[in-house]
Amino acid sequence: MIRRAVAYLDRGTGASPLLRKTLRYAFPDHWSFLLGEVALYSFIVLVATGIYLTLFFEPSLAKTTYNGVYAPLRGMEMSQAYKSVVDISYERNAGLLFRQTHHWAADVFVAAVILHLIRVFFTGAFRRPRTLIWTIGLLMLFTSLLEGYLGYSMVDDLLSGMGLAIGYAVAMSTPVIGANLALGIWGAPYPGAHAFESRMYIAHVLIFPALIATLLALHLALVVRHHHTQFRTSPRATEKRLLGLPTLPAYAPRSLGLMLAVAALLFLLGGLVQINPIWQWGPYEVSQGTNGAQPDWYLGWLIGALRLVPGFDLTVGDYTLVGNPFWGGALFPLVVLLVLLAVPAAERRITRDGSTHNIADRPRDAPGRTAFGMAFLTWVALIFVAGSADRMYVFLGLSYEGQIWFYRVASLVLPFVAYLVTRRVCHALQEAGRIEADAAAAGAKTSTDPPGRDCNAPDAGTGDVRWGT
Amino acid sequence: MRRLAVAILFLLATAPAHAQPPAGISRPANASALSPIELGAALYAGNCSTCHGIAGRGTSDRGPSLRDAGAQAADFYLRTGYMPLTHPDQQPKRGHVDFSERELRVLIAYIASLGNGPPVPAPHPERGNLREGLRLFTSHCAGCHQIVGQGGVVTGARVPPLDQATATQIAEAVRIGPYLMPKFSERDISPAQLDSLVRYVQLTQHPPDRGGWGIGNIGPFPEGMITWLLAALALIATCMVIGRRLGS
Amino acid sequence: MKRFVLTLLAIINGLRRRRERIGAREEEARREEGPIVPPGPHAPRAELAVALLLFAAALCGAGFIVVYAVGGDWNRTQLQGITLGGAFAFLAIALITVGKHLVSEEEVEDSYHDPEHPSEQERIDKIVEESASGITRKKLLITAGGAAGAAVGLAAITPALTLGPLLDTDELRETPWRRGLRLIGEDGKPLFAGQVEEETFYTAFPEHADRDLIGSPVVVVRLAPEQLRLPPERAKWAPLGIVAFSKVCTHAGCAIALYRKPTFKPTQPRPALVCPCHYSTFDPARGGEVIFGPAGRPLPQLPLVVGGDGILRAGGNFSGQVGPAYGTVRSRRPT
Repeated sequence: MIRRAVAYLDRGTGASPLLRKTLRYAFPDHWSFLLGEVALYSFIVLVATGIYLTLFFEPSLAKTTYNGVYAPLRGMEMSQAYKSVVDISYERNAGLLFRQTHHWAADVFVAAVILHLIRVFFTGAFRRPRTLIWTIGLLMLFTSLLEGYLGYSMVDDLLSGMGLAIGYAVAMSTPVIGANLALGIWGAPYPGAHAFESRMYIAHVLIFPALIATLLALHLALVVRHHHTQFRTSPRATEKRLLGLPTLPAYAPRSLGLMLAVAALLFLLGGLVQINPIWQWGPYEVSQGTNGAQPDWYLGWLIGALRLVPGFDLTVGDYTLVGNPFWGGALFPLVVLLVLLAVPAAERRITRDGSTHNIADRPRDAPGRTAFGMAFLTWVALIFVAGSADRMYVFLGLSYEGQIWFYRVASLVLPFVAYLVTRRVCHALQEAGRIEADAAAAGAKTSTDPPGRDCNAPDAGTGDVRWGT
Repeated sequence: MRRLAVAILFLLATAPAHAQPPAGISRPANASALSPIELGAALYAGNCSTCHGIAGRGTSDRGPSLRDAGAQAADFYLRTGYMPLTHPDQQPKRGHVDFSERELRVLIAYIASLGNGPPVPAPHPERGNLREGLRLFTSHCAGCHQIVGQGGVVTGARVPPLDQATATQIAEAVRIGPYLMPKFSERDISPAQLDSLVRYVQLTQHPPDRGGWGIGNIGPFPEGMITWLLAALALIATCMVIGRRLGS
Repeated sequence: MKRFVLTLLAIINGLRRRRERIGAREEEARREEGPIVPPGPHAPRAELAVALLLFAAALCGAGFIVVYAVGGDWNRTQLQGITLGGAFAFLAIALITVGKHLVSEEEVEDSYHDPEHPSEQERIDKIVEESASGITRKKLLITAGGAAGAAVGLAAITPALTLGPLLDTDELRETPWRRGLRLIGEDGKPLFAGQVEEETFYTAFPEHADRDLIGSPVVVVRLAPEQLRLPPERAKWAPLGIVAFSKVCTHAGCAIALYRKPTFKPTQPRPALVCPCHYSTFDPARGGEVIFGPAGRPLPQLPLVVGGDGILRAGGNFSGQVGPAYGTVRSRRPT
């Protein structure tokens, strides 16, 4: 039967040679190489559950009165958008399951992308010829942050409405063009024109998903084109020769299994762990607010930054050049994006090495890069944690004002500490590895598989110690 | 040396008796023999007068006058454990009540007798309307207490969660405005509205968690923790099962 | 009839045997070539496990359909999640088991190719160059092309101006407040000066106005007149010690929903309006001055007058523009 299917396909497309190559395509087998796939499968769940939700969500801010099942809202005036989501949660069979799965998938998707990014960075897999893949990945990441923000803001609940006001303020605070930018996006002074809801909707269900999907297709096509990097797990793995598991029979069940595992986790979370119970928050009104309002976790770094910046607007006489929210809400993420985009070029310049690399580094073998990565991560992570200072005050009694000061200082000082400590650790690990290798080489005279790296082999890779010493 | 050891042992053994309130409550030795008024006055003198002055007249720098506090405030502050405070600058916190039920009653009665303060309120949440309660709570309370009463922060103080408040305590707090909380008179929030408010707060004590485990009902903060401490770890573990490790 | 059926059977049988012969011949050919994929491990127990897992997945899948169909509200979402998630989980474990125990895990080789093709690059350059070899007035054409591109490009994006009042930001100054407008409470009733008490706060809106505009909501508090330290030009703005401020934070636009009021002044902080988003804290006694937090501008104050009927009315527009900062937020008055 498979024979007949393949014959049918080949007669129509002539794709048998390609299919055969695909079936025996080599996938290097390290577990950390699966993180990108986790992100991909989360994205698939996002699209699938998202399509379901678009069939029921009403993207309209027109006022209506709720008369449904949930008592505390009965008789309350609210937007159609908010009402449709309460209905999905309370009246549509499996509606809440799909809503929560969709939201968990978004949270997990960004987490997976970041784990994947961290893996790619620390193994130097962003180097040529994969620099374009890295750039595309970053564009996807930052687009996803915006996509997620729009997704939960469309619901017009109290929490996300407060978040939209902040987004407006960040746009407004952009030097010179801020007000024009904000008015262009919102269509009118805050809370904006009714069309703003439609803009969020179409951006969230069509424009950004199409953009992300296109970038994703390019991203994957390029990975296939250049083949995945590999660790030097055996001396036969070189800059020219790739070793891995073939699609069939080994890799396909693994990948499919991972996809189903991701789906399983997301649907289990979607059914068992509540997320964004918007019926508890109530509808948004400009004149209302609640304590403890936070953006979704992947924007937590921005609320941390917004809370840490001291209270000043940069003015030139009477003219406000830079509103306060700009530093934390726009400049900070822009700097992070630019630094990450610059990583491949910076690596080439600092290591004076622009050649292609197909062997993945062990982080310890690139102490400078690894130390810089840890320092940068420390900086961003501290600012992220600062965003939770108020809940920390509630739980642990640590003064809010005190924490703000602590994080202001720590975020400037601790990255340097992280850099120095990480460099030390890398050197120590390298040293330990060398001692082990020497001992093994001395003890085993006829080993075919020398442990550690054989740096003098004729086809040795170029993943040696480069950054710093 | 031996005398020093005996002296230390003696001090340790009698330490409870030397302890100052509120490490313990100061009680008169002959409590059972006293009439309610006498006991109330004695308890007041031993536990409250340092800050609130003789006969509740207040002091200039430690505590306000209790003349118009009435049974309402006394009942609230004492039954929640907010009072007595260890130190006048401390923020009152809900805690263990060291007074016995009898002691509470006589002390509350004593404080009520100091002036013309309001009595303990009797709210009727069963008559309240949940939508009205949500609306009132959102505009008057959610800014500090969080929309489902999980507590929060105001500059300079923690705002307590409402999960342990009884209906009476909710009504009392609304009318008193304890510590840094604003107070809402019957003109701001009528008795009928208060019933709705109390009914809503009681709902938040068992929030309608239709989606499963409520994880604290404060939104993205615990959601992010689940994402990283549960989902991300589970997925990393899955990848490690599927894939290979370096050195294997 | 019988002969017809017998003939038919014979033909079918002949076809079948022909197919078998072809199949056998191919198999022999394949065997001579040698296997492409090495044989998988012999693991009958794993096979059994996979089968059981697949049946379990089937059970869960059916379970989901049952849960979906059966009425009743109790914990439905949870049961649906368990059954659907469970089905996926069993499938996942089954497939992973297949991958790790039922099939060969032999490695294959492939090559990394150098992506660059310098000779092809050169050819492309050559093609492009030679294609343009007939052109003599290069500069003129490029200038003209540039003009066309720029103009048409600009024309293409000009409709973006329709998105909003992009070029004219004057609308940002507008608030619905006018001198004489009454303050309306959240319940829709006018706010009487006599009902405004100390130690609490009120939210109010201009009568007849859309409550959801950023310039609408004000927060009203009453302070003892001797506590007030308003800027001198606002001395008359607080009748009976009642002050009103925009309820929208000048930092990032959240509603200022917290009011902190001391029960006992000597040991407790002074009255303050606080924003729950980033904890910008404003002093109502000092005209909305920022006393903590990232706000860069004081809270705009609304002048109040008490009408003859005892109802609070606006005495004019705010002391400054409402909401988050932008270029001319300080230099232009609210309208």
